[in-house]
Amino acid sequence: MPASLEPLLRVRGLAKHFPVRGGLLQRPVGWVKAVDDVSFDVNRHEVLGLVGESGSGKTTAGRAILRLIEPTAGSVQFDGQEITGLPPHEMRMQRRRMQIIFQDPYASLNPRQRVRELIGEAFIVHGIGTPHDRRDRTAALLEKVGLMADAMDRYPHEFSGGQRQRIGIARALAVAPDFIVADEPVSALDVSVQAQVINLLRDLQRELGLSLLFIAHDLAVVRFISDRVAVMYLGRIMEMASSTRLYERPRHPYTLALMSAAPTPDPDAKRDRILLEGDIPSPLNPPTGCVFRTRCRFATPACAMAEARNLREVEPGHFVSCIRDDIA
Amino acid sequence: MTNESPVLAAPKPRKSGFFESRSPTAMLLRQLGRRPLTLIAAGLLAAVVVIALFSPWLTPYDPMKMDILNRLKPPTTAHWLGTDEFGRDVLARIMLGARLSLLVSFLVVIFATVMGTLLGLLGGYVRALDGVLMRFTDALMAFPDILLAIAFLAALGPSLFNVVLALGVVYTPRVARVVRAATLVIRELPFVEAATALGVSTPRIIRVHVLPNLMSPIIVQATFIFAFAILTEAALSFLGVGVPPTTPTWGNMIAGAQQYIRQADWLILFPGFAIVLTVLALQMVGDGLRDALDPRLQKVT
Repeated sequence: MPASLEPLLRVRGLAKHFPVRGGLLQRPVGWVKAVDDVSFDVNRHEVLGLVGESGSGKTTAGRAILRLIEPTAGSVQFDGQEITGLPPHEMRMQRRRMQIIFQDPYASLNPRQRVRELIGEAFIVHGIGTPHDRRDRTAALLEKVGLMADAMDRYPHEFSGGQRQRIGIARALAVAPDFIVADEPVSALDVSVQAQVINLLRDLQRELGLSLLFIAHDLAVVRFISDRVAVMYLGRIMEMASSTRLYERPRHPYTLALMSAAPTPDPDAKRDRILLEGDIPSPLNPPTGCVFRTRCRFATPACAMAEARNLREVEPGHFVSCIRDDIA
Repeated sequence: MTNESPVLAAPKPRKSGFFESRSPTAMLLRQLGRRPLTLIAAGLLAAVVVIALFSPWLTPYDPMKMDILNRLKPPTTAHWLGTDEFGRDVLARIMLGARLSLLVSFLVVIFATVMGTLLGLLGGYVRALDGVLMRFTDALMAFPDILLAIAFLAALGPSLFNVVLALGVVYTPRVARVVRAATLVIRELPFVEAATALGVSTPRIIRVHVLPNLMSPIIVQATFIFAFAILTEAALSFLGVGVPPTTPTWGNMIAGAQQYIRQADWLILFPGFAIVLTVLALQMVGDGLRDALDPRLQKVT
């Protein structure tokens, strides 16, 4: 396979377990398995959506891939290079190719830096351009994300949430990365502004040929921007397929329930709500076998078996972790 | 770009001039300007500082010149605040005393904030050192300020430098605790994570992202420490373990006036007033700063 057809990002068996400390000596008394055995690829120029409710581990997965938190186990290969074991210096160089856009446009910009300094930090750290043309580069980036060049001399608090998110996007683009983790980039914004920022992200992705890992809990937003979608629940991937296939024919009971809960614009549409009972189980003590079986109305005794955890390819490119074929 | 979203115009640029600027510092100063009490206190403080700086040229008499004929005279038009047991002008000596009292306290503030910030950053960033450092500061803070300072001075001997050293060590833990706590919060904020994701090295993150955002709590602490240091320095002088008594500080003047309290109460009253006014002004400025910097009171837009 030629290098350009290989996936840009290859994640295998990724896990992040947080210790729960207790007792006098603050020893770990248990582990929260926020992300457990997650594997997927992100192809070049592709948008992979990662959906799940809060607590499903989707944000942790995004952070662990960028090593903003150290993964407990697993392998992350970026453009053929294993990055999980890289020493700090080499990892910092690698960061020029992989960036992140944050959920909170208020807390993710240093309040004491002007926009010019916020974006210019990328140039300084990676030695991009000369001190002279950095101002022009910053202006070009601001224009690219739909802001006026005179924004560069202002402080973050002078902008609205949507404008600040655009600044965050410009900062991520400053190093000209190949891959960006977009961690719920619009969920903190007003609905009207969400559309603008999503459109901007999609346009930039196409124009610059970016690969995106798009993390969100809004199914409609994910469907709009993603080529493929992975559904997470309790730290594991439940189902993964191309965007069209997943929304047309979800195969996993959890995906079905998630879809039925999404609001539809048509008030007269007949809706068949699948109401999940109970709460999401504690990740401290997840169910054996399929982690969804405690809330699944199709659960059988076989679902408690270890094999029920594995993803199966039910049709080319469509992976489901459910052992039953007779559901959908 | 086929983007249907409009090009968003940033708000109209303001014309230059510091008070028009919307930098965080300028906004803070404008916040402070809205508090009349803080302004009055700041004005008083500025006056004390000016007197301290220029006292050699401002004093009505030579503060060291003795005049035995006019000893222990109550306030008159010639000597506004009276004369002491050697006939020296009290007003002149208070003005010169301001110089030393403020100098000592200022050096204490510098020492305590620099050391405290370093230790606090160390504790906040190097988790392995945190426990040891914080138990050490706990131990220092368990002693009353004066007792600890006296212990240091008893070991080191009284001199201006040793007073600064002793008080600096006494107040370092206060800064260290505040800085450590704030560092623990700031290092987890998304903009620090963004810098990490950008490939910024840890030393640069501390310098560019953590330290500037620590300035507010540090300045507030420094103001309060300034006030405490003036009081404690005066107490040390009063107890005879501070700056040698030949140098006029406010504490030394009060100490020397003890035996004349029956005949010449102005000898104690006026240096006392100087201490009270300065400390009060500092505390009020500190309160004003703290309130102005309190995020709960700040409105974003």
